[in-house]
Formats: sequence, structure tokens, C-alpha cells
Amino acid sequence: MSARRGVWSDALRRLLASRAAVASLVTLTALCVLALAGPSLSRYAPDELDWAMMGVPPDWVSGHWLGTDRLGRDLFVRTLHGARISLVIALFATLVSLLIGVTWGAVAGYAGGRTDALMMRFVDVLYALPGIFFVIVLTVVFDRSPLLLFLAIGAVGWLTMARVVRGQAIGLMRREFVEAAVAAGAGPARVVFRHLVPNLAGTVVVYATLMIPQMILVESFLSFLGIGIQEPLASLGNLIADGAAEMEIAPWILLAPAGCLVIIVLCFNFLGDGLRDALDPRER
Amino acid sequence: MITYVLKRLLGAVPTLALIVVLSFLLMRLAPGGPFDEEQALPPEIKANLERAYGLDQPLHVQLGRYVGGLLRGDFGPSFKFKDFTVTELIAAGLPVSLGLGALAMIVAVLAGVPLGVLAAMRHNRPTDHAVMAVAVLGIAVPVFVVAPLAALVFGIHLGWLPVAGWAPGQWRDVVLPTLTLALPIVAYVARLTRGSMLDVLRSPFVRAARARGVPRLRLVWRHALPAALTPVVSYLGPAAAAVLTGSLVVETLFGLPGMGRYLVQAALNRDYTLVMGVVIVYGAFMIVLNLVVDVTYACLDPRVRPGNSR
Repeated sequence: MSARRGVWSDALRRLLASRAAVASLVTLTALCVLALAGPSLSRYAPDELDWAMMGVPPDWVSGHWLGTDRLGRDLFVRTLHGARISLVIALFATLVSLLIGVTWGAVAGYAGGRTDALMMRFVDVLYALPGIFFVIVLTVVFDRSPLLLFLAIGAVGWLTMARVVRGQAIGLMRREFVEAAVAAGAGPARVVFRHLVPNLAGTVVVYATLMIPQMILVESFLSFLGIGIQEPLASLGNLIADGAAEMEIAPWILLAPAGCLVIIVLCFNFLGDGLRDALDPRER
Repeated sequence: MITYVLKRLLGAVPTLALIVVLSFLLMRLAPGGPFDEEQALPPEIKANLERAYGLDQPLHVQLGRYVGGLLRGDFGPSFKFKDFTVTELIAAGLPVSLGLGALAMIVAVLAGVPLGVLAAMRHNRPTDHAVMAVAVLGIAVPVFVVAPLAALVFGIHLGWLPVAGWAPGQWRDVVLPTLTLALPIVAYVARLTRGSMLDVLRSPFVRAARARGVPRLRLVWRHALPAALTPVVSYLGPAAAAVLTGSLVVETLFGLPGMGRYLVQAALNRDYTLVMGVVIVYGAFMIVLNLVVDVTYACLDPRVRPGNSR
């Protein structure tokens, strides 16, 4: 049994050989656990005002490990809460763009000809629109609901995924197993979702991992502008905006959420690079 | 080559038309209108205003009128900046954004490409790791973190450069915004250059050139680099379109009167005409720069040069 070496176990072995990817995976896991359990480690709640400690720098004695903001809210707890919100939104947004992008690309690649040209022309046109304009309109249409924010962000991020998937799907359509499936009487839906999509999994996993940090940045950017997550909730973007407003007197208010954001984005990038090296057949 | 460019420009017309229609409809999809103020206007006045701007007409009539104006080169009046037309607003903001963006692109190419080449030549050695560490940071740290940090460190603590401001002839005002804007592009360019340089350096034609005894520097810069630049160029096209039409964060945080501030504000205020104007300018930049990318390909790679098939 141990002698069997499939594509995935091969990829896993290569991934585990990459130090940066493994370190990122460990860091991300730790951060996720911390984001879920961390707030209960501290004796403060994210919206609790500590009247005696307003705008204090990091301090171990009082338990404000990363200091407090101007209203006396604990930054350790708020940063972890913000990270939780940012991560959840980014994951769902990635899922949304994955769903749209993979379906769009696979269908275009399957259909070929005029349908393909038309679908890809649509992607080209959307590419030429500023993404932020799209997101803003959608967030306004969704009434700035934090729950639907991920839909708005995800609805913009699928373009690259659609292009990549279409390119791969066109290659797959020429392969014998697809021909065999068609000859055996498989319908279009069956060919796309049972034969094309599973074979795209490697590419999709890599791009999805690289998409998550982009989604985190978009979400943080919107919240930074004040059109994403609304008070009393706060994502990393809101916290960074708060911090940027007071960085001259209290730089730690900016540094805590900014540092957290950078670590998350870095780790996802390293992990994505590691996955690409592990799954990319050209590197073999 | 000229026929090719003309053909492409002609092909861009339907794309641009689609952009106009799509963004027009999208903008109207959002609930609310330009005259929904914090303090509600009396309904009669609001109706008068809407009639004056033609907002009481059915949507397709409005679209027709707008397109008619566009064809005469008229972007219409702004709904929020009273007494200004969109053309005037863009004419005021675009040069600032263009100048800053062009500077940032020059910095990005002049810093990013050599860094990438250097990293590729020192593959897996400390120089390579250092360059890549900087590149990864440049990609991971968003502009809205870099900008305040840069202002804090260089503007306030060190006091070398002004924190914000924009006066003619004051080169010191431009330094921080340019560098902030250029940093992520430097990072991407360095990464892309390194990656494709490593590929090209392994390719047979480079090995053949080395075997012929081409000096190392000439080999890298004259033989390998042009071939390695294709992915960089295709990244630079869209990146330039985004940077040249202005960055909201950089312009807001450094107090610059560019075009980047318009889009978000106008979209939130339902300043329909201003949004459309910015979107059209952005789309046009995108189309033209993508054409420039394809023409540059032909210059870099003899295989895609029209009329030079081998």
C-alpha cells in the first residue's frame, strides 16, 4: 500500500518539503485557532470599554497585551475578532468566485466556438471596468449588509479564475477520456461537472489559495473606506483605518491590526506558491 | 503593423460601448439617487431637479441622451459638484494622476526589472532571498498600510519629506506618494522578472549563446532579458491603467487633487455622470494599454512580429 504514489500524495510530499509553505500552514492554523479561541484568553470583551486604560500602549500588567484604542477597547481581542471577520468573509468570497469562475470557465471551454468567444468577451469587458466600482455598486444594492459583503466581493474576483479554467478546459476537451465520455452518451452537464471540473482541481486549489489573500485585501480596503463592515463589528480594515487616524500619538493602534493583516496575507501567498510548486506538472 | 493596430482599435469600439451600457445600468441598479440628501428636499424641488437633469425620463431615453452627448465629446454635468461638468473635473484631476502614475511606473520598471534579474542571476543565494523577501512584503502590505506608515516614519519622525500637500514645482511633495504607489508594482515586477528569467536562462538558445562565448553580462541583458520580459509586460499593461487613472488611497492620504478620489465618492453619492466619466476613461486606458502590451510583444519576440514568420 505504501508503495502507491498518486498525484495527490506526491504533491503533499513536495508541499511538506517546502519550509515556507509548512511554516505558513502552521502559522495560519495557529492564527485561526487563536482567532476562534483567543478572545476568551483575554479578560476583556471586544466592545468593552476600559475607562481606566484609554489609549495605553501594550502592557502586560493590565492584560492589554497589545494596548487599547482611544475608547479603552482591548486591541488584542479586537484584532483577533477583526481577523476572524476578515478571514470568514474572504473564505466565503473565494468560494463565491470559485463557483462562478469555475462554472463559467468550464462551460466556455466545453462549448467552444461562438459561445466561448461571447462568454470570454464578457469577461474582457468586466476586466476593463474598475473592480472597486463594481464592488461599491453591489454593496449598495445589498444594502451594505455585512453578510452579503462576501457576495459582492466574490462576484468581482472570478474573472481570472474563469480565464485560467477555460484555458485548461480547452486542453482537456481534446483528451481521449472526454471523447470517450461523449461517445458513451454523457450529456453536457455530466461532461462539465464529472469529467472537466475534477481534472481542474489542482489548478483551482492553487488559484483559490492565492485568491484568499486578495479577497482579504479587498474586504479590508472596503472596510478601511468605511463601506465594508460597519460598527460595532470591525474587520482588520476598520481597525487599520482607526489606527491610521491616530498613528502620530498612538502607533500601536495601527500596528496591531496591520501586522495581523500582513502575516495572514504573507502566509496565504507562501502557501499558494508552495501548492503551485507541488501541483504544477511542469516542475516535475 | 499599422493595419493590425487600426484593426484592434476598431475592435475596441464595441467593447467600449458595452462598458458604457453596462456601467450605466449598474449605476442605476443601486437604490437612491443623486438628490437624496441627508436633509430630505421637498418633493416638488426634488422633482424639479430631476426634470432639469432628465432623470424623470425612462431609462432607455436617458441612456440614449447620454450616449448622444458622449459622441459629441460631452460627458455631461456633474450631479454633485454643481457648476462643474464632468469633462472639467476629469481635466482637472487626470493630469495630476497621470503625472504621479507615470513617475510611479518609471520607478517600478527601473527598480523592479534589475532587482528581478539580479535575483535570478544569484538564484538561491542570499541576494535572491533578500530581493524576494522585499518583493513578498511589497505584495502583502496593502497601500493603505504603507501610506500611513511612510508618512509616519519619513514625514513625522524623520521629518525628511512633507506628510501631505501638492504645490506646483515642489518635488518633495511627490516623493512619498510616488514611492508608495510604486512599491507593490516593484514587488510584482521583480517577482515576475525573476521567475521568467530563471526559465529563460535554462532554455536552449541561452545555452547555445553561452557556448558561443557571449560574455555573461551581454548574455543576460541582450539575449535573455528581452525574452524574459513578456509576462512582465502583460502585467504592466493593466497595472499602468490602474495607476495612471489615480489611486484613491494614495491621493486621499497624501492630499493630492487627482482623479483617484472621484470614483468611490461619486459612486456613493450617485453622481451618475461623474462615475460614468471615470469608468469610461479607465476602460479606454485599459484597452489602449492592452494594445500597447501586444505591440510590445512583437518588439520583444521576433516570433510574434507580423510579417516575420519563421
